[in-house]
Amino acid sequence: MTSAKVSAAGAARAEGAAAAHGAGPGGSTGGRRRRRLPGKALPYLLLAPAVAAELIVHVVPIAVGIWMSFKELTLFYIREWSKAPGKGLGNYRVAVDVDGAIGADLLRSFLVTLAVTVLAVGLSWLLGTTAAVLMQERFRGRGPLRAIFLVPYALPVYTAVMTWAFMFQRDNGMVNHVLADQLHVTGGDRPFWLIGNNSFWALVTVIVWRSWPFAFLVLMAGLQNISRDLYEASALDGAGVWRQIRHITLPALRPINQVLVLVLFLWTFNDFNTPFVLFGKAAPAGGDLISVHIYHASFVTWNFGTGSAMSVLLLLFLLLVTAAYLLVTSRRRPAHG
Amino acid sequence: MRHPTSRALAVLAAGLLATTAAACGGGTTSGGGDGDPKTLTYWASNQGTDIAADQKVLNPELAKFEKQTGIKVKMEVVPWTDLLNRILAATTSGQGPDVLNIGNTWSASLQATGGLLPFDPATMAKVGGAQRFVPAALASAGAKGKDPAAVPLYSLAYGLYYNKKMFADANVEPPKTWQELIDAGHKLTKGGKYGIAVEGASIPENVHQAFNIGQMYGADFFTPDGKPQFATPQAVKAIKSYVDLIAEEKIAAPGNAEYSANQSLNDFATGKAAMLLWQATTSGFTNLGMKPGDWGVVPIPKPSPAPPGGRNVTSMVAGINIAVFKNSGNRDGALKFVKFMTGDDEQKILNKAYGSLPAVTSAQNDPAFDTPDLKVFKDILATSAAPLPQVPEESQFETAVGTAMKELFADAAAGKPITEAKVKDKLAAAQEQMGK
Repeated sequence: MTSAKVSAAGAARAEGAAAAHGAGPGGSTGGRRRRRLPGKALPYLLLAPAVAAELIVHVVPIAVGIWMSFKELTLFYIREWSKAPGKGLGNYRVAVDVDGAIGADLLRSFLVTLAVTVLAVGLSWLLGTTAAVLMQERFRGRGPLRAIFLVPYALPVYTAVMTWAFMFQRDNGMVNHVLADQLHVTGGDRPFWLIGNNSFWALVTVIVWRSWPFAFLVLMAGLQNISRDLYEASALDGAGVWRQIRHITLPALRPINQVLVLVLFLWTFNDFNTPFVLFGKAAPAGGDLISVHIYHASFVTWNFGTGSAMSVLLLLFLLLVTAAYLLVTSRRRPAHG
Repeated sequence: MRHPTSRALAVLAAGLLATTAAACGGGTTSGGGDGDPKTLTYWASNQGTDIAADQKVLNPELAKFEKQTGIKVKMEVVPWTDLLNRILAATTSGQGPDVLNIGNTWSASLQATGGLLPFDPATMAKVGGAQRFVPAALASAGAKGKDPAAVPLYSLAYGLYYNKKMFADANVEPPKTWQELIDAGHKLTKGGKYGIAVEGASIPENVHQAFNIGQMYGADFFTPDGKPQFATPQAVKAIKSYVDLIAEEKIAAPGNAEYSANQSLNDFATGKAAMLLWQATTSGFTNLGMKPGDWGVVPIPKPSPAPPGGRNVTSMVAGINIAVFKNSGNRDGALKFVKFMTGDDEQKILNKAYGSLPAVTSAQNDPAFDTPDLKVFKDILATSAAPLPQVPEESQFETAVGTAMKELFADAAAGKPITEAKVKDKLAAAQEQMGK
């Protein structure tokens, strides 16, 4: 501990690096530094209440959820839940056994969720970007138009999705009225949207409708930061609109897109409200998003252990995707930036 | 918005955490109101058209109870969508009401959680004795051979409603057999109107019909020792005959396959369909513009000749039970309240207000329950009604079979053929989801 006398910041950093190289206990470095600089403790003290709250609100429930996933927590034990018998990996085995009915259904729901998410995020992003770029130039009525575009995002989820549920009704819904009665594109047929396989497209439509304004809003904000000079300069050099978008707009929006796509992905993948309000407790196979599926498989059937195991698996998957995504996109950024 | 499933888990987890305090204290009588002998908390189910209607019916009665006993009842009318979740949360945390209403089909499931006070002979004596209750209704208050987890409060049954004018115009009589129902349906299906309306995407309605018609075919969805057996030949026949209303017979509109918000009630009340299988109701029709006398009701017709093993049952015992939370701090007051609510006077007042039937025999003699409709239902409950399977897995059964039937209706409406083999596969898959 003699090195405690070293005070130059550069030396301290070197020492830290040395400790890391020597595979020494990383914590000791921080500890020594904190003792040496008591002023540094203040932020942590100030943060402590927030950290404690975070623990209680997020970490502890997650921990309990993980604990539940190893228990046989059925209706027989919820009253004396601490006495629920352990089930080891049994709940996980049921969830990943794709030969069994429960595992097979979970896998199917997972794949549907993946397809819905990829489509919905792609379309939302495309719509949001297009609208944001088109709205970049000043023109009469830009303000009101922007406001109208944001309406789906501002509406309460339940109201909006229930309205869609009415519109998708087979006999009296507006969608079939337009498609079958006005445009005659369904060949005289009135398709079902809320049951059967079309439910997939109904769900994608509603999710895109709900989430593209968010993409629009975020990208619109990002566009404000791009200097107009760049466009003027490139125009002088003879660049067309398409070239400007490819070489100025999109690269400048890259950091925003990185976060936007991730957030949209997580939201859509976890979306519970939309399919639940649109289809009810038992969603048809085409619209059976994984959140509703887990709810159906556990809370409706009172098998909380299996439900927890499925939730933990979902959590792990999303963690993995997020980590991989951030790793890949962050590494590629310098090449373009 | 971000993690609804984990939020739902978190709610449960919070419930679990909340119990730690109680568990560490070692007390099991904590919770359930505040233990004050002069107050009770009561969770009422939503029986009227809305919560305000329930408050209008119940508040004067609660005032009466307070006058009689000095106990003040704090009532909360809980919507059906929330009731079961609220009860589960109360059970996990031990913090709940003193007295609560439950759907009678949940009785055995909730009994298995151990959260409700069992009505053993001594407890039953405190509310007037088991002999007071209509036997079929009391049989729907818990598993056979166990002390009931609740006592019946309001009773209902299924019947076949028909539109008198449409029947007269088409010159058909109310059907007495399933075949007559089909024949009448064919005669009535014309000009954009249909013979019958069904609630094809509603899980509870589907499973109730599966039971009602299943009984006529002798179908048991559980073995005597409580193991699920969904795909029996009897169940396949029964469910196929119901789905065939859309599939084979086409006497119900294909659009009915996506009904789950009582649209079939609306179709019947507005004359779009001439028949409807529904639980006893009056306000359900009058609110939609029908006048009493526009409709008639008969028991759901059985297949004739009776299939081998078929039973003389045309309806499940539907209804609401009243239960006492085991953790109640005011058990005596709670039982007094149950006795009050199941007393003759209150049974007459409340069931009159809700259009249901009293669950106690002595109150059924009131002339108010002698309307043509209620006479039919009284007779069904007395002679040809049976409780849904009273097993802990009942709610899983409802979800699994009800969902399978929703999918069958969806296929039928899309014009895909519904064969016995297909029904059997769906039911077998539903059984596998039970994880047994």
